[in-house]
Amino acid sequence: MTYPGPDPGTLIRGRLPSHRVESADEPGSDRLRELRRRLARQADRAGLLDVAYRTLDTPVGKLLLAATTRGLVRIAYPVEDHDRVLQTIAERVSPRVMRAPARLDPVAWELDEYFAGRRQVFDLPLDMQLVHGFRRTVLAHLIGIRYGTTASYAAIAVASGHPRAARAVGTACARNPLPVVVPCHRVVKSNGSLGQYVGGVDAKQRLLSLEAAA
Amino acid sequence: MPLQPFERVVEEHGAIVWRVCRAIAGPNDADDVWSETFLAALRAYPTLRPGSDVRAWLITIAQRKAIDRYRAALRTPVPVAVLPEVTESGQAGAADGHDDELWEAVRRLPPKQRSAVAYRYLADLPYREIGELMGISEAAARRNAADGVAALRATYQAADEASCQQGSSP
Repeated sequence: MTYPGPDPGTLIRGRLPSHRVESADEPGSDRLRELRRRLARQADRAGLLDVAYRTLDTPVGKLLLAATTRGLVRIAYPVEDHDRVLQTIAERVSPRVMRAPARLDPVAWELDEYFAGRRQVFDLPLDMQLVHGFRRTVLAHLIGIRYGTTASYAAIAVASGHPRAARAVGTACARNPLPVVVPCHRVVKSNGSLGQYVGGVDAKQRLLSLEAAA
Repeated sequence: MPLQPFERVVEEHGAIVWRVCRAIAGPNDADDVWSETFLAALRAYPTLRPGSDVRAWLITIAQRKAIDRYRAALRTPVPVAVLPEVTESGQAGAADGHDDELWEAVRRLPPKQRSAVAYRYLADLPYREIGELMGISEAAARRNAADGVAALRATYQAADEASCQQGSSP
């Protein structure tokens, strides 16, 4: 006696899970999405959420925001490749990385205010663990460049105690893990031209115009 | 290869682990067992050897969590505000529509057959791994899955014939 229809194994594998659990979108139907959100909250409460991240749409593109329990650890432009940035965070900070927007809410609010021209100074705890040595010194000096003003690479080199290290200042800016909040966009060439930017020169121009208009 | 961000692990394996949870813990407990599984996995994740079979690792945890829950349920009767409906088979039914029948049949399988069927057809694991997960030989895993499918086939055939007779009666 043989079963006339499809094998029950095929039924289980194919039909059953597919129309109940999966959507065309991703294997996260509503139920799975909700489970993942719940997991992120539980992980945070259990002290297991070493790095929380979310993305934020802004006039300079979709920014990746990532924070440890100590503070904001990374902001990344799309051109940096968010997946690659998250992988680097997993290797250098902790692999316990989860999408969990709640921790980034204050960051998102302040960035929204900034892009609306309503905020000139960020008041956020920063976790600078991705930067060391001279680069960290440079970034500390960048925070001192006031909103709406610029400084030259050479001037920052002098301020950082290495007058001949303008090129190294450029590298520090290019590898700034916290662009926008640590304002490397306010560093320009001595001749007044913009110079490079981690988010692309257009983004740099846009930020400087925004600040000039406010 | 270094460990991926944990979010990737959830993204890649979340659905399959949920199906396995559902098969071994039942529809009512699947969500909780899923959460407990991934929370435990997140806790241990930094110590996981890079290059490990992450899916098999997760399923091992899910299996343990399902057993824990089963044991806890035996110890503690859960007070409920509204008694769940009881189906003809005497088991509480999940409000899940027309898949109930098949899940019910999967759930009624003997534990080893149920696990073997779940690992084979929900998680797509090779029999060698299934044997390791269940602590039995590869051949025994293969037999358990085959017997489980044969039992499901019998159940389904019976259900099908019943519905055909109903449908075709003049």
